[in-house]
Amino acid sequence: MSSPSTTLRLPLTPEVIERRTDALAAEYTDAPGHGEGGPASKRIIVGYGFWIFLLSDIVMFSAFFAAHAVLGGATAGGPGAAQLFDLHNVWVETVCLLLSSFCCGMASLAIEQRSQLFTQLALAATGLLGLAFLALEIHEFAGLIARGAGPSRSASLSSFFALVGCHGAHVTAGLLWLGTMMAQLYAKGFRPEIRRRYLCFSLFWHALDIIWVAIFTFVYLIGARA
Amino acid sequence: MSERTLDVAPGYTDEEGGGRAAGLGTYLLGLALALGLTVASFWAAATHLIYGPGVPIALVTLAVAQMGIHLVFFLHITTAPDNTNNVLALAFGILIVFLVITGSLWIMLHLNHMMVPTDQLMRMQ
Repeated sequence: MSSPSTTLRLPLTPEVIERRTDALAAEYTDAPGHGEGGPASKRIIVGYGFWIFLLSDIVMFSAFFAAHAVLGGATAGGPGAAQLFDLHNVWVETVCLLLSSFCCGMASLAIEQRSQLFTQLALAATGLLGLAFLALEIHEFAGLIARGAGPSRSASLSSFFALVGCHGAHVTAGLLWLGTMMAQLYAKGFRPEIRRRYLCFSLFWHALDIIWVAIFTFVYLIGARA
Repeated sequence: MSERTLDVAPGYTDEEGGGRAAGLGTYLLGLALALGLTVASFWAAATHLIYGPGVPIALVTLAVAQMGIHLVFFLHITTAPDNTNNVLALAFGILIVFLVITGSLWIMLHLNHMMVPTDQLMRMQ
């Protein structure tokens, strides 16, 4: 009789499954993409799924950007961007977020090296720089509201607070995620699923920096000129 | 051993020590380029050396360049075969973002253009 049917009927004991997984593992690692060499590794599939989420998040941000682009000039006789924004503050915020993103990358490298100490140090630096960014943003918002330029003052300010506040909310959520990531890496070690979660976190954190590039360019730098 | 190899993406050099130097260099280069572009953006917004109406164009160019730097050096979007799906999704995302923003601006500017100005509307009443 033909041999494939007999191999298929082998009882699937844990040992058999493990042997097959080992054989498949070698194949997975060599998978060059385009469907060759078997399905992609779980890391690539997880990264792809999270990338789809990030792109949908960016599409949502684009609606807020569009609203601000349309309403940016609708100040209802109130103060405009040129009088309201302190570009020095924005510069410090930008540097904080960029360095935070860089530290997040350093943590990725430390995880590849399986170094708990450097991972935790890099993640702590990521979190502190993120907190500094958030503190500066809250300080700016509080200052605007104290000067009577809150979100209810004009359509321009409504769209400004919605857009920049939405980014700030993402940073806040990211910081909470970062805290749980540090705890998981510390308690559970560099297990594959923990490293995949960290991959998703790092994608999220870097994507927030991309959105901030758009915010400081379109809302602050170009907005303050108009 | 099996779970390690199963989990590592193609081209991922994480067991050889050589992976780290390359990775660190990539991140440092990305940081230097992003910082340079940020400095250039804030400089371009403040300077009077650039022809005024050209400044927004310069700022948009610098922003797009910096987003590209972030994608390549921090998010590791590459042209490798295992990244094809990511690149296609990114292209689709950019298309939607472009449609939402230019569509909104186009429609709303036309709408404003067609509207009777408020002071004229007051006089008609």
